[in-house]
Amino acid sequence: MNTILVNGDPLEWKDGMTVRDVLTLKRFTFPMLVITVNDNIIDRKRYDTALIPNDASVKVVHLMSGG
Amino acid sequence: MSSHTTETDYPKFQRCEVDFTQRTEYLDGLEAMKAAHKVLKEWTFKPSLPQQGYTNRTLYLNVGTLEVKEKAVTQQMKDMFIGGRGFGMWYLWNAITPKTKWNDPENEIIITPGPISGITQYPGSGKSLVVALSPETEIPIDSNVGGYFGPLLKFSGYDSLEIQGKAEQDLIVFIDGQKGLLRIEEAPAEPLDSHVLAEILTRMYAENDADRVNISVVSSGAAAEHSLIGMLNFSWFDKRRGCIRLKQAGRGGIGTIFRNKKIKALVIRGPEVKGDMNHPVDQETIAKTGIKLHQELRSNDPVQCLMRRNGTAHIIEIMDAYDLLPTHNFQYGSHPEVHKIASYVWDQRCTQRTTDGCWYGCSMACAKGADGVVLQTGPYKGHRVTVDGPEYENAAGLGSNCGVFDPEFLLELNFYCDTYGICTITYGTLCAFVMECYQRGILNKERTGGLEMTWGNALDDLAMMHQMAQGEGFGKIAGLGVKRMKALFIANGWGDAALINDIGMENKGLEYSQYMSKESLAQQGGYALTNKGPQHDEAWLIFMDMVNKQLPTFEDKAEALYYFPLWRTWFGLYGWCKLPWNDVAPSDNAKTAEPTKIPEHVQNYLDIVSAMTGKKITSEDMLRQSARVYNFQRIFNIRMGKGLRLHDHAPYRSQGPVTKEEYESRIERYEKELRDQVGVDPTTMSLEEKMAATRKYRIDRYEKLVDAVYTRRGWTLDGVPTQARIQELGLDIFPELVEIVKAHGG
Ligand code: SF4
Repeated sequence: MNTILVNGDPLEWKDGMTVRDVLTLKRFTFPMLVITVNDNIIDRKRYDTALIPNDASVKVVHLMSGG
Repeated sequence: MSSHTTETDYPKFQRCEVDFTQRTEYLDGLEAMKAAHKVLKEWTFKPSLPQQGYTNRTLYLNVGTLEVKEKAVTQQMKDMFIGGRGFGMWYLWNAITPKTKWNDPENEIIITPGPISGITQYPGSGKSLVVALSPETEIPIDSNVGGYFGPLLKFSGYDSLEIQGKAEQDLIVFIDGQKGLLRIEEAPAEPLDSHVLAEILTRMYAENDADRVNISVVSSGAAAEHSLIGMLNFSWFDKRRGCIRLKQAGRGGIGTIFRNKKIKALVIRGPEVKGDMNHPVDQETIAKTGIKLHQELRSNDPVQCLMRRNGTAHIIEIMDAYDLLPTHNFQYGSHPEVHKIASYVWDQRCTQRTTDGCWYGCSMACAKGADGVVLQTGPYKGHRVTVDGPEYENAAGLGSNCGVFDPEFLLELNFYCDTYGICTITYGTLCAFVMECYQRGILNKERTGGLEMTWGNALDDLAMMHQMAQGEGFGKIAGLGVKRMKALFIANGWGDAALINDIGMENKGLEYSQYMSKESLAQQGGYALTNKGPQHDEAWLIFMDMVNKQLPTFEDKAEALYYFPLWRTWFGLYGWCKLPWNDVAPSDNAKTAEPTKIPEHVQNYLDIVSAMTGKKITSEDMLRQSARVYNFQRIFNIRMGKGLRLHDHAPYRSQGPVTKEEYESRIERYEKELRDQVGVDPTTMSLEEKMAATRKYRIDRYEKLVDAVYTRRGWTLDGVPTQARIQELGLDIFPELVEIVKAHGG
């Protein structure tokens, strides 16, 4: 199955998929994020290069801001 | 989600090159206005500076009897209520009875900065809280405001200002914290509108040009006099622009009370501000903690929220992208024209070369201003003005929620709300309600007296606001707010009562602020399970709940609705601004156990309070301090005949799709919910059946949330704090509180 979970929701996985690709596909434009891939924190500087393995669990925690 | 557009899709505004020192002058006739003043009372006092954050006395003023006196701040007040909102609630409790109405002389307006207010080393440390019995909700309201008045009051010698009574003629109260003099003056000649009045009074009461920064004016405006949605402007003098700037205590109609008391303005002249005027126990810790945050802001804000360039407007297009931007009276969460009012528009329309902090030392400096705005309508047509903002709430409320996507009109709406003294959030939500009523035939041109309240009709929107300021026409009806408009339209037989109740976005009589809670159950609670009504400053949980999915169970949501309202209450007890807490984050925040709480910043606050007072406090102490005031306020609501489960009811528009179009706009989401959560097959159901099943599911779910939240807060299932809870908090030292909870089964 070429699927990953992003905040618990399934998303189709593609070879070479990066963290940035996930953010684009999910339209996650908010700048204050804490991202983990299989529980490993991904630094903001690596969003364009960090690869997502098939079957990964990706968590994109949005801090609150606003409000 | 929307067909969200980005900066590159939109033709750029020219970078704002207007001369930010130029605007229409209003000083003609100043001397004549001054000469028309009649001194009714002079009272002297000994100015003093706070010690460890407190001056230990407050100022009481009755504008009806002209009584002025000092009251001592007791240790019990400090222990139980801390300051800020806590002091305000305590004074209001003692001033009124369960029978008091908002326009009775005994109602008070209490302005009260907290014990850290006035620090200049740590960003966001100059706030005041304003507390009163609200004309909209008929329960206590608290509103948090920047500007210099609160800190200057403290540095003149008072922890709070308590105003009671009702005058017969328009008054100005002048407090001179340099000379130790208070004067109540009859002031017949000055205009009411804030952008003129605050400018005139700043010059009238400053002793020379350099003294203007020591003046702050609290004022309202013409529309506050004719509506229930009046707000208060708190000024400060912007040296670089050479004009006054305004921050607002917006919610709940406090400006209406101000004008009902016939107060034209409060003017303070404080001493020159220096960095150590609070006399903390440990100045060094405060300075060090401040430097750390200044550095963090310098390095992280440019890659995080850009607060220093755009202020809170930075989230306009973000809310749109996440389907959370209220559009057309909260029907939808996004709109294809949002790019016209997005942050990059304001980035270029607002002046960027100034220091935009609403108190000294705030390097977050989010109080942006658009200069050189030439007004197109109303009594100031053709005038060139500076508009404070727009902040996110203004752009969303006056903009997308009413379908107004013209940035110049948006600035004009923002300007007139401010100068007329009405709350932008409230006006946005009530105007959106009027427009939807117009769309659905509940209103028409005849019923509005000729106003064509179609989505995006900014000219008639402004015309309605001008009517509100004149106290005439349909504008006067709109100024009653959503709750009273609903009742009136239903009584007039103008439409289906159920529909009118579903789409009128108010709870407890207060209009919703500008976030879409429809798809976040936790946020539905974050709005309707508040003490004062649906303002987002108790708990903003949409991302945690809807996007991050961190709150899957009722208990998780209830825990968030326990913690965050207490945390946010704490800001109001001490005089903090919330924005530097979570609109910037330390670089290593991701590695902390609970990044959404920004633990390093929480620790900064605890360290500063400990350094100020000399009493070390922990996060448990913080929760306990807030819980006392929070539960006190809940019981206060009950004392005023509200504050029960029945009053925590939410309009269905805040919970789910009211109309077929709304349902169809998110059909995938709703049908998935029907399949996965309700356990029915939507393919076998009619649209009406699907909508009814969705509605039943969502309302049941909200009631379950209410049960969980009340339980977590230590309340009965009717929303009454239990005796055990008030004992645990030490509130049982007040016998009347015990009586009230007992009488309501607590
Ligand atoms: S962050 Fe903005 S609102 Fe808060 S104190 Fe600073 S300038 Fe004022």
